[in-house]
Amino acid sequence: MRAVRLSVVTAAATAAALTAVTGCTEKSDAAAGDEGVIAVTATDTKCEVSTKEFPAGHVEIAVENKGSKVTEVYLLFPDDRIVTERENIGPGTSQKVTAEVKAGDYRIACKPGMKGKGIRQDVTATGGGKVAKRDPRLDKAVADYRAYAQQQADETLPKAKVFAEAVKAGDIEAAKKAYADSRIGWERTEPVAESFGDIDPKVDLREDGLEEGQDLEKDWTGWHRLERSLWQDKKLTDRDSELADQLITDLTDWQKRVGRAEITPTSMGNGAKELLDEVATGKVTGEEERYSHTDLVDFKANVEGAEKSYELLKPVASENDAALTKELDTQFAALNTLLDKYRADKNSYEFTSYDKVGKADRKELSDSVNALAEPLSKLAAAVVK
Amino acid sequence: MTDTTNSTDTTNTTEATGQTDESNGAAETRDSNSRTPSRRSLIGWGGAGLALGAAAAGGAVAMTRTGDDAEPTAAESGAAVAFHGVHQAGIATPVQDRLHFATFDVKTEDRAEFVQLLKDWTAAARRMTAGQAVGEGAYGGLAEAPPDDTGEALGLKPSRLTLTIGFGPSLFGKFGLEGERPEALVDLPKFAGDNLDKNRSGGDLCVQACADDPQVAVHAVRNLARIGFGKVVVRWSQLGFGKTSSTTPEEQTPRNLMGFKDGTRNIAGTETDRLKKFVWVESEGPSWMTGGSYLVARRIRMNIETWDRTSLQEQEDIFGRDKGEGAPVGKAKERDEPFLKAMKPDAHVRLAHPDSNNGATLLRRGYSFTDGTDGLGRLDAGLFFLAYQRDVRQGFIPVQRSLAIDPLNEYIQHVGSAIFAIPPGVRDTGDWWGRALFSEEA
Repeated sequence: MRAVRLSVVTAAATAAALTAVTGCTEKSDAAAGDEGVIAVTATDTKCEVSTKEFPAGHVEIAVENKGSKVTEVYLLFPDDRIVTERENIGPGTSQKVTAEVKAGDYRIACKPGMKGKGIRQDVTATGGGKVAKRDPRLDKAVADYRAYAQQQADETLPKAKVFAEAVKAGDIEAAKKAYADSRIGWERTEPVAESFGDIDPKVDLREDGLEEGQDLEKDWTGWHRLERSLWQDKKLTDRDSELADQLITDLTDWQKRVGRAEITPTSMGNGAKELLDEVATGKVTGEEERYSHTDLVDFKANVEGAEKSYELLKPVASENDAALTKELDTQFAALNTLLDKYRADKNSYEFTSYDKVGKADRKELSDSVNALAEPLSKLAAAVVK
Repeated sequence: MTDTTNSTDTTNTTEATGQTDESNGAAETRDSNSRTPSRRSLIGWGGAGLALGAAAAGGAVAMTRTGDDAEPTAAESGAAVAFHGVHQAGIATPVQDRLHFATFDVKTEDRAEFVQLLKDWTAAARRMTAGQAVGEGAYGGLAEAPPDDTGEALGLKPSRLTLTIGFGPSLFGKFGLEGERPEALVDLPKFAGDNLDKNRSGGDLCVQACADDPQVAVHAVRNLARIGFGKVVVRWSQLGFGKTSSTTPEEQTPRNLMGFKDGTRNIAGTETDRLKKFVWVESEGPSWMTGGSYLVARRIRMNIETWDRTSLQEQEDIFGRDKGEGAPVGKAKERDEPFLKAMKPDAHVRLAHPDSNNGATLLRRGYSFTDGTDGLGRLDAGLFFLAYQRDVRQGFIPVQRSLAIDPLNEYIQHVGSAIFAIPPGVRDTGDWWGRALFSEEA
């Protein structure tokens, strides 16, 4: 899981990074030349742009308001984050706004009357990071991974329901038995689930993810709250029954939305690396399943999910970087072999309780994770280069 | 924690200063566009200035540098130390202010893969010691890939970074190297008072990173560890924040955390004869070690709090030097020749002195460490002892045995230990760490 606090930090860092590249200024910089200038003619009903394509780098948007209303102009990322903006452009006046942009798709929006979503035009910054035509094999990899993510969600729901029913029946032993199994599909595809932002904190928040002022009873939901009830508090209350229902509701939401997640070959490669990050920061330390000590089940599921992405990307990656895929084959095999030491039956997900795994063995697991994660961090680049 | 004797040979060690094409222009900051001091180095200088000002305001008369004040000290100049040479840098070269020492265990069983790692490490070390980023740098590459270099040393000067590699006894049980283990690379015996933690001891490999800027030293170890993932794993590592020895007698002898000057009579980088006699391996073999040395590393925890409650008289008796000047008992100046008989029979200086140990002499390069506190409210602090020598059987072992009756032992405990064979230097751009070992045998 990703703690809520961490998400906030990430968002803040992203905002800071954006500020750094998009600082807008009045200064008219001739160095950009005409190529970097986009003339925008705004009226009360139109938002005309002089060009739909411009080179990445320093861009100047020259706005002339020929309408009768005060307007605003925005340069937007595809997800509506603002690259740069200019407000209060009066009728009959002109304004300039500049930005440093990377290659990619953007939108220019005019907002006559400074209301609503504005009148939008799709534009593209070209050059720099080439927007290469995608290998059809990668399209297939993305489609296959999307199906995999959906399948994991589909298979998780019935297992989660077994868990939830046991909780509601007050059957602590049955609930404990169903707990780890109900999480496997989620753990295999966690980066996709996390991409929705709102579902992860509801279902997978850990106790340390709560912050000052958040209530342990009211504000903490999901698997780990129930884990605590089962293993730490050793009793199930009416609140736990509510939490079990809520978990099913939230997971159903995930199941419905997972098919619409934005998935690219790059995000698949990075997602594989992120799964190993999850292992390195949460599972190897025993923080994730601090009450149930079922960390090795999550560990195995994270590795399986990473391996799935890798296997789908491998046909392309091996052409671009054969040494890398050879190394990844070796390291995936080594880590899986090591994990097998902690289960009697290779077809079962019954792993050694992590509180029984000593310091030296944890270091061995950590070393093996590092050995895989380092080359895995190069997978995304090997797919796109 | 040993003391050695001295002669006054002032011949220059040419190896240590021999420049190569690799280090040209290396005194510039890592930001290759800029010739002006980087922001960080300015902050660093400002900090040093403040410290001096504070000392002056407090009425202290001791200055922290010698010579003309207009000249920046070697540490402040941020220059590069030549990576190539007959001997590895980081031994006889001037001692820098900071240390990051790391040991590794080898995981790969593929000899070719390990050799490739040594070559990759050498290439990275060559760049980092010259103040350059690893590989293709820390930015500007493919957006989808993590950068080759981790980036925290961008804009910093080379800071006299040296990287020194060593091979531990356990390495010679791997890759069919059994026959190449030097006789002198013994397993250290158990010494009186040892309380060694195996998680802070041993290692197949070591890398000693010394620099005047701690971030430069940490950057170096971090990037080597990263390159090593999948082939080697970090076994343990130690940060050192203050040098306790110097190989440059014109500088003031640094004090250890007990407040004493220790190591006044260390071998200087300019003492070619003593280096030749006591530090560098010559024809005694094995041949791949010619020009190399042996390193003993000991993590020595100090019982700081009890030491601080010890009377001045007892402290001075224990060391055999006075606390202020550092002069031996009965002498006026730090560098006056010690008269051992004037000291208590078990004084530290007397026990460790070459005259008490058949001439055994070490080149010490240790650092003070403080790893926070120990959970009992006491500083987890002490000396990370590093000593180079031609043969530990005529060096560290007899000296440490003599120290068995040292009253200092009441205030210290050896908690970590390791020994390494230090191969000779990397000669040129075609050479790499351990080439002679891996090319000559089998």
